[in-house]
Amino acid sequence: MNRIASTFSAFKAQNKKALIPFITAGDPEPVMTVMLMHDLVQAGADIIELGVPFSDPMADGPTIQRSSERALQHHVGLKDVLAMVAEFRKTNTATPVVLMGYANPVEAMGRGNFAVAAKEAGVDGILIVDYPPEECEEWVQQLKDQEIDPIFLLSPTTPKARVEKVAKLAKGFVYYVSLKGVTGASHLDLGEVRDKLAEVRACISIPIGVGFGIRDRAAAKTVAELADAVVVGSRIIEEIENSTRSALLDNVSNLVRSLRAALDEINNTSISNDEC
Amino acid sequence: MKIYDLPDKQGHFGPYGGTFVAETLIAALDELLAQYRHFRDDADFQAEFNHELKHYVGRPSPIYHAKRWSAHLGGAQILLKREDLNHTGAHKINNTVGQALLAKRMGKTRVIAETGAGQHGVASATVAARYGMECVVYMGSEDVKRQATNVYRMKLLGATVIPVESGSRTLKDALNEAMRDWVTNVENTYYIIGTVAGPHPYPMMVRDFQAVIGREARVQMEEEYGRQPDALIACVGGGSNAIGLFYPYIADNNVRMIGVEAAGKGINTHQHAATLVTGRPGVLHGNRTYLIQDDNGQIIETHSISAGLDYPGVGPEHSWLKDCGRAEYVAITDDEALSAFHALCRFEGIIPALESSHALAYAAKFAPSLGKDKLLLVNLSGRGDKDMVTVAQQSGIVF
Repeated sequence: MNRIASTFSAFKAQNKKALIPFITAGDPEPVMTVMLMHDLVQAGADIIELGVPFSDPMADGPTIQRSSERALQHHVGLKDVLAMVAEFRKTNTATPVVLMGYANPVEAMGRGNFAVAAKEAGVDGILIVDYPPEECEEWVQQLKDQEIDPIFLLSPTTPKARVEKVAKLAKGFVYYVSLKGVTGASHLDLGEVRDKLAEVRACISIPIGVGFGIRDRAAAKTVAELADAVVVGSRIIEEIENSTRSALLDNVSNLVRSLRAALDEINNTSISNDEC
Repeated sequence: MKIYDLPDKQGHFGPYGGTFVAETLIAALDELLAQYRHFRDDADFQAEFNHELKHYVGRPSPIYHAKRWSAHLGGAQILLKREDLNHTGAHKINNTVGQALLAKRMGKTRVIAETGAGQHGVASATVAARYGMECVVYMGSEDVKRQATNVYRMKLLGATVIPVESGSRTLKDALNEAMRDWVTNVENTYYIIGTVAGPHPYPMMVRDFQAVIGREARVQMEEEYGRQPDALIACVGGGSNAIGLFYPYIADNNVRMIGVEAAGKGINTHQHAATLVTGRPGVLHGNRTYLIQDDNGQIIETHSISAGLDYPGVGPEHSWLKDCGRAEYVAITDDEALSAFHALCRFEGIIPALESSHALAYAAKFAPSLGKDKLLLVNLSGRGDKDMVTVAQQSGIVF
């Protein structure tokens, strides 16, 4: 069992929900990333989602785009991101790390080369936003050969037939996008999330993480009642953006701690797993 | 050559094209593809499209023999396909009419568009006014400054122009922002992409709407000259005017096809936009294609004197035509384009767009090496009125 699977199975046994914070590698500067990763774990993160900076992050809102731009001012490339993960792994061998990014840096390194290098660095899952299932089946196999989980997005507009298609390829967990829009938007409709997640649950047996638009404790808690994991990105990036360097680690830790506390207030069971 | 039937069902031109987008866009693209496939074969749709091209755009555009300029160059005869005579002054309107008619049939009440120089924005604002739809145009804030007249033109036509402050604040960033709008407002919104790039079905659909250029040319050449040209020459940014001219000729191996990219200040500098000549394949804006990128796969800022060619990608069908050798791609510098611009003004009384001036400049280089009986058909994709300020600045003139 890899780190993602064992994290979720332990949580299922304890009836806990996983907290997945997102930061962009190299933001605000490369030396801070590994420190931030360790502090996120200390503050209660269960899985770390590490963004690979890209010049044209089409699915992200302005907050995450700015974080990419800050990282790119330091020329942080895919190799640098993998080096950061390897550095993190020197002292943390338990917390899963999922890379999230866009296709072109992967294409530039070569899909197969990247799969091998990511395994060596200690990456557990990879989500490439603009590789939908139909454009990357061969690559998914290359990832699985390296025991890396291919993570896919599902959205409010994904029809049932596609959910089933994704279910065949995805491993680790699926990432449900909780709104129609880009990361960091603020019009989350929890009723709609509830309905759609029930539909997704019926088709998918692996855990479901929910992200996009989760900005506070209340939203995190409500979403956690429906999902197995909650992804918080733009809100954390805002904390990084608005903090002085000396207060940055403390501020981010405090935010993650409060989200952790919100998730831990839940102890009822999640929606049952109907047959598809 | 065997029958050319690309793209395949998934929108691939060989290894290029495809649908490289986030899950959030898939449903919208599936809907668009289904609707486009339906209306492409619908007689009423085609009749309305052709009617609009004739009575609103002013087609067919003539083929004009640039006799004095050809004689001066002393080689092949240069013929111009006069897309500059279309309503709004460029080939862009062929596509926006087609997509707006589709949007209307799909029940969309709002259209959005990205624009660089402003030509596609103007063409989109024009059709939105014509068919009574709300129009929002995304434009890099750098381009808003450079193209103030076109911004005002769009506003006159009732469009809202939103300056984009992210990234390099140019065309590619405007495209990113338009995609984000579409993801958020997909229920009532239709995204009119202005070139043969983006995810499937855009490269195919925009090509089909622009192919009227080449279809007309085939008929006109036969009527006027009794034969087809020896070579086609067109400028390539995203590549929509070029593919529009080339596509009906792809199976006709006797006709050379030459795409002309922007070499800016030179392809050995970092200030150019010659994607096919200097780039490598990658994935951007929903498709796999040649890109101008660094070793880490980050997209690099491009430069061209013509904003319409200033784009780090290129339509995926051009990438395929390059790799299979059917089309050739060359690059022309800012200075060469400017000198062709002035030549056409003086010899023929036609002020060409700076984009089209790249195609003209290559024709001027190529023609003298050929006999006087050879025919070069150059796509004069747009008129140069929009470029007055840029050209004047090169001569140190400020209005």
